[in-house]
Amino acid sequence: MTSVLYDTPGPRAKRRNVLFSVVFTVLLALLLWWVWQKMDEKDQLTSALWKPFTESEAWTTYLLPGLENTLKAAALSMVIALPLGAVFGIARLSDHRWVRAVSGTVVEFFRAIPVLLLMLFANEFYARSTDVSSEDRPLYAVVTGLVLYNASVLAEVVRAGILSLPKGQTEAAYAIGLRKGQTMTSILLPQAVTAMLPAIVSQLVVIVKDTALGGVMLGFPELLNSRGTLAANYANVIPSFIVVAVMFIVLNFILTSFASWLERYLRRSKRSTGAVLGVDKVDDLNAAEVGGTYGTGAGGSI
Amino acid sequence: MFDFLDGYDVLGAFWMTVKLTALSAVGSLVWGTLLAAMRVSPVPLMRGFGTVYVNVVRNIPLTVIILFSSLGLADVFGVTMGSDDFKVQGFRLAVLSLIGYTAAFVCEAIRSGINTVPLGQAEAARAIGLSFSQTLTLIVLPQAFRSVIGPLANVLIALTKNTTVAAAIGVAEAAYLMKTMIENEAQTLLIGAVFAFGFVVLTLPTGLILGWLSKRLAVKR
Repeated sequence: MTSVLYDTPGPRAKRRNVLFSVVFTVLLALLLWWVWQKMDEKDQLTSALWKPFTESEAWTTYLLPGLENTLKAAALSMVIALPLGAVFGIARLSDHRWVRAVSGTVVEFFRAIPVLLLMLFANEFYARSTDVSSEDRPLYAVVTGLVLYNASVLAEVVRAGILSLPKGQTEAAYAIGLRKGQTMTSILLPQAVTAMLPAIVSQLVVIVKDTALGGVMLGFPELLNSRGTLAANYANVIPSFIVVAVMFIVLNFILTSFASWLERYLRRSKRSTGAVLGVDKVDDLNAAEVGGTYGTGAGGSI
Repeated sequence: MFDFLDGYDVLGAFWMTVKLTALSAVGSLVWGTLLAAMRVSPVPLMRGFGTVYVNVVRNIPLTVIILFSSLGLADVFGVTMGSDDFKVQGFRLAVLSLIGYTAAFVCEAIRSGINTVPLGQAEAARAIGLSFSQTLTLIVLPQAFRSVIGPLANVLIALTKNTTVAAAIGVAEAAYLMKTMIENEAQTLLIGAVFAFGFVVLTLPTGLILGWLSKRLAVKR
């Protein structure tokens, strides 16, 4: 029994399933055959176009430096956005109304605006108001855009994590005489971040994907951008797209797998009570408030 | 104060954003529902196809997909989308890419909705003799759809923001116009504020209305 929807198939259902399988296979095969035909027709299957990828030059000159820049921008953005997100997430739970209002407005504002606009704006801003060299500017702009957007998403993640903790945690902390700040930093925040760790890791996938925007719109030499240089050199548009797409898929698949392994590990682990107590509720909160950061990949941001 | 807007069709650009969003939303809802139906179907091959599609598409940046539609599909394969006009072509390719990408997220949202329907509901449906399609259309999907309005609203908001990526292939929507404007005009901050405001106006009501609707329609359990 694998699904809510159907019973273990009987003889008639089995026949029908076989029929469906056959029809579906034929349709799929037709589609693949059409793609293959089309590629053959446009000479995209000739080995000369694929050969560069078997030699080291294409990798060392174009793809690996591109990948390095992608990872660099993603890592920088994550490292800056996480503490910033934690600060804003906590500020939204503040006892003072004006702190709540200000941080709430900031978070909602940056969540409503496309990352691309933030990057374009940051790029122009750095060009006019600062003396960042034009070489470094794309990286700065990409990281700024990603930090502003992802810090506000992470703020919601952290807030949901703190709200999901049992109320007794705060009460116990007050009972042993901790102050508000101490309760937050040594009791609530460590538990919330642990419980939210899978959601935070899968936010990395969104960041990695978003760096590609900087490659096209700002000339940041990341993976997608170096694909352009590579294709201009070897005249292999389709193969280069396929290779780069596969690289992105593998990279993000590793991140996703790591996130779900982490989630299973935290669920099992007996050492950190917060994670065990919180995780179920955190999933609900995630789906409801953060746009299913974990479930649907941050509500499908780019 | 707002003289810099003269000579630029800001409303036209936002109208393009709205058109991209609306067409892609309808398309991805249809294709996403089909994918979700495949992922829960009793036929293993269809389930496999759905799983592979969702996992592959979700992990590719939208930018790669949209750029491929222009440089790969149109330039190399000659897929013209029924128009010789470069602008119309770009628009249709962008819609096609957005549908293909967003459908993966719609599929996951609907599938999670199906998972929220208690097992007993389907068992009861089968016990009174309903078939697979009757169980799906009369019992499970109505409950599932009502519980996924919230997640679908998030997908719609993300889609609205994702339409800006179409600027990468020269579709004249909001982000494209903003890029042109901040390069030519001096008031960087004001231009940024105008476009930011435009997107807040587009996404905020969507979230509020659908959020209210999802609370109202949620199946109380």
